[in-house]
Amino acid sequence: MSSIGGRVAAVAVAVVVVAALIGFYVANLTSSPPTVSAQSTTGNTVELTLKTEAAVGPQGGNPPWVSYLVKDDQGDWVHSTNFKVPAHSLVHVTVYQFDGESGLRNPFLSQVQGTVGDTMTVDGKLMGSIPPDEASHTFAVPQLNLIVPLPGVHEDAENQCEDGPCDLSQAHRTITFTIRTGEPGRYRWQCFVPCAAGFLAGFGGPMQTIGYMDGFLEVA
Amino acid sequence: MRRIAIAWFVLSAILTPIVVAVIAPTLPPGNATEASSNQVFDDTVLLGIVTPIAVALGVYFAYTLIVFRRRDADPAEEGVATRDNPSIHLPWLVGTIVIVLFLAIFGTVELTDAGAGGGQGPSPAFKLSGNDVMPVQVIAQQWEFTYRYPTYGGVETAHLELPVGRKVELHVTSLDVIHSFWAPKLGVKADANPGVDNVAYVEPEEELSFEIHCSELCGLWHGYMFDTGQVVSGEAFAEWISEQQQVFAPATKVLPKYSTQYFPEPERRGG
Repeated sequence: MSSIGGRVAAVAVAVVVVAALIGFYVANLTSSPPTVSAQSTTGNTVELTLKTEAAVGPQGGNPPWVSYLVKDDQGDWVHSTNFKVPAHSLVHVTVYQFDGESGLRNPFLSQVQGTVGDTMTVDGKLMGSIPPDEASHTFAVPQLNLIVPLPGVHEDAENQCEDGPCDLSQAHRTITFTIRTGEPGRYRWQCFVPCAAGFLAGFGGPMQTIGYMDGFLEVA
Repeated sequence: MRRIAIAWFVLSAILTPIVVAVIAPTLPPGNATEASSNQVFDDTVLLGIVTPIAVALGVYFAYTLIVFRRRDADPAEEGVATRDNPSIHLPWLVGTIVIVLFLAIFGTVELTDAGAGGGQGPSPAFKLSGNDVMPVQVIAQQWEFTYRYPTYGGVETAHLELPVGRKVELHVTSLDVIHSFWAPKLGVKADANPGVDNVAYVEPEEELSFEIHCSELCGLWHGYMFDTGQVVSGEAFAEWISEQQQVFAPATKVLPKYSTQYFPEPERRGG
């Protein structure tokens, strides 16, 4: 009898352990950052405001990791890389870039592609490309042929932001560009700069995780 | 044994021509390039050999199930062990040797046809003949392919376009981890290894759109690492590459000198 009781207990424990593992998987490993909508302005035009930080700090699950953040319609910064924009619209994107220079593996990606006019502004200056070594990140949607290289904060800049949250009183670059959306769809976007500090060749951790240097652009 | 042989012969005589003449030619990758046509031919030959073998197995299996099944009245006991049956062993041995040797020779001969669309490493043993071979570099990185045309000023493009009827020498490499350039319709598949120049040949024979996929698990967006390429007329290609040279002139200026392999710098962030 005790043998049967022991077996039942063992099975019950096993069931609980398996259920706990499934619950942990569902709760933690299948979760996705929230989708943040671009802020509507006039007509078919919206504003999407992003920032990058060298270390996201307490806003993220992995404080030392480099990350993008997005501003929601309340004006608050949200740790997410999933953005929603309307189809057949103009999206004015502003990126406040607080991270330093890392450099592109492939200099081809230093040229702006896919924006309106194939240009962007950097600190108010119109540019079509940047020196590859000055790239800190890219905002790239390969399926839409969109590549925007983001220059980094110079090494000798004062008042640099080491850990998030960073604010505009600290050293940063301001990049703006406009994209014209087409048909609805869910498009992945990514950073092409190997910017993951502490990972092999800079390509691990945040470069491989949605919510940091990768995400989705939902065109709806 | 005789009944099995007759059934096998009849079924093989019916099915093998159907498989070889009707089914095999319609299988992927099609006939867009010499390499893909050769792959269809290879598959046809293999199916022509495999079909009688599969029929033999099927016939024997069915015959066994029917003839040697246990009847209700039969006792449940093992049959008599049989040994040393030359009429079975000899054909089995000879047939297997002939088939395996044929496939070894056939496969080797087929590979000599410019590598059969596969990557041959930096020193390809089997090359396309002729001088009019256009080099195109395929550069893989997480998670996009780009393409460089050294004979057109070293311009790099985001998409692959090839002229029909032109022999192309693909130099496949990677800037980070291992990827694999796979264009099924072209019959080309070559691994992209960092620091390695993997050469593959292709000669498009018709104008078409073709898909390109990475076929080596390479990270988060591996499943999204695809592209659509085009085979176009010579005139259209000349127009396109000229346009690319103009559009990507700023990027071309800052590209490193063309090389068959790259060891990218900087790696300031990487460990």
